Amino acid sequence: MASTTAAIRAPTAAESLLLRPPRSLWSNAWYKLRHDRLTMISFAVLVFLALLSLAADLLAQHVFNYTFERQDLLHTYEKPQLENPAYLLGSDEIGRSQVVRLLYGGRVSLAVGFVAAFVNLTVGVIIGLTAGYMRGRVDDLFTWFVTTLNSIPTIFLLLIFAAIWEPGPITLTVVIGLLFWTGISLFVRGQTFALREREFVVAAKTIGARDARIMFKHVLPNILPLIIVLAAIDVGAIILVESALSYLGLGILPPTPSWGNLLTNATTYFVRAWWLVVSPGVMIFLTVLCLYLIGDGLRDALDPRLKAEK
Amino acid sequence: MRNFILRRLIYAIPTLIGISIITFAIVRLSPGDPIRLLTFGQRDITGEDIERLREVYGLNKPLPIQYLDWLMAIVQLNFGQSFIYHQDAFQLLLTRVPNTLQLAIVALMLQLLIGVPLGVIAALKRGTWLDGVIRVFGVAGHAVPAFWLGLVLIIIFAVGLRWLPSQGTLTVGKDVWDIPDRIKHIILPAFVLSLTGIANYSRILRTETLDVLGQDFVRTAHAKGLHERTVVFVHALRNALIPVVTALGGILAGLVGGALVVEQVFSWPGVGQFTFQAAIAKDYPIVQAATIFVSVLLVISYLLRDIAYAIVDPRIKAG
Repeated sequence: MASTTAAIRAPTAAESLLLRPPRSLWSNAWYKLRHDRLTMISFAVLVFLALLSLAADLLAQHVFNYTFERQDLLHTYEKPQLENPAYLLGSDEIGRSQVVRLLYGGRVSLAVGFVAAFVNLTVGVIIGLTAGYMRGRVDDLFTWFVTTLNSIPTIFLLLIFAAIWEPGPITLTVVIGLLFWTGISLFVRGQTFALREREFVVAAKTIGARDARIMFKHVLPNILPLIIVLAAIDVGAIILVESALSYLGLGILPPTPSWGNLLTNATTYFVRAWWLVVSPGVMIFLTVLCLYLIGDGLRDALDPRLKAEK
Repeated sequence: MRNFILRRLIYAIPTLIGISIITFAIVRLSPGDPIRLLTFGQRDITGEDIERLREVYGLNKPLPIQYLDWLMAIVQLNFGQSFIYHQDAFQLLLTRVPNTLQLAIVALMLQLLIGVPLGVIAALKRGTWLDGVIRVFGVAGHAVPAFWLGLVLIIIFAVGLRWLPSQGTLTVGKDVWDIPDRIKHIILPAFVLSLTGIANYSRILRTETLDVLGQDFVRTAHAKGLHERTVVFVHALRNALIPVVTALGGILAGLVGGALVVEQVFSWPGVGQFTFQAAIAKDYPIVQAATIFVSVLLVISYLLRDIAYAIVDPRIKAG
């Protein structure tokens, strides 16, 4: 009798952990992410901002009835208002609609951020993986190059590039993409160092797998979680750099709007229209904040070792 | 210790060579011809003159030779004449250094004085609302575009409240040694420049203090009946402060880079603003001189950081 009651009782917490269906790293991470409210909110806000920017054409035509180039000298420095949707966030010194320009600006800023980060990650991962796996001379060369590049403040390098080549969205994306990968490659190299000594790599070598195969089929999947976390933070960092460069007049040049260059003339309308200064900055801040929070959330979800820290 | 410093010094040499190659290459491989830039707007120049100028500036030699000539010159701090001011580029640059140093030192002090206590408080009050606020600030501080924060602060404190000036280092006409006036001018730019560092330090110190507080020697200190205050300040904090030194490298790089943007926002006549204006005017000798100057400064700071780290944490010397 006693044994039957024992069989019917509810499983303890430890037992239910054993009984539940097995989870992979990814489903486990997704499970944790879904319960991380801050990360989910950040993700939602980011998607919302991205959709707004993607729909810039539609919104400008049908909601605001205003193109991003349209000027109206009779309505300069309009205050933010609800009566005329085009002036929802006010108008600038030549009567352009701030809200429409923000939408188009977001498109440029987000595109530069994501594309440049993609270039960064590709370059950084390939170089970091190679240096970490090959070691020896290759790694010495890598270390020398990265140390050198890290010793020159990036903004100075960007300044030289911008002074030499006509700035624009494509130049900027390429230059940032090709200059910002050092941090990523250092992380990847460190992880590869550790992974190449593990049994599964040795096993792959024993059965005669080539170096490239080991690097991309065996080592790379194991550093993928790290790469995803780095990607989120990288996009945020690039959006910040792009906005600063565009503000300085070395990034995206007007009339193409970007969140940064909407502030270039800020000093001229400080006194008359402070709201024009606030909105682009809030957009940059919100976007970058969301990206950094997502990066933090992803790290907590993907890296079980970091849990102890909390 | 001496061996460690010596080895570190030797490691710096290839880095310095790398910096010089990159700085030389970017400018020299640019599509613009330096002679055309130099003679821009001068109509009475003939092809013969241009040839002669090429020879004077050594531009007709092969690139590696040009590089070596240039390297020999810059080792003697001869970066050439500014295209615009027609004065020695390095001398011009030097006049701007004190202003940038002032700004960077004040910002660094703010980072340490605000960031470190914030991190320690967050760790000690872990899980409370105060911890929450400090952690949010730790992320948000990184996400604020510095130049925008500068603009907003100018609107609030200079345009709106009229408490603080919005640009320059000194009110025009005031005495150079008018310290209160200088402090008023430096508050806003230094704060903006220090923000990422404050956020950084508060994050690092929080993690590190929590880590140290969980270690055996802290439990021992508690067990032998020491005051909470003694445990925290004498035992725990000393160990938690080690990463302050390690993080200094990144912080300094951030200061040098960030100063360029902040100086522009606040019209602060420092190295960054000077380089920016030179870059816009394609005044390459100044841009090269400035880039090499700040890079060498960074290499030296990294060196000092590593030496300081080896002193604070003797384990590192072995590695």
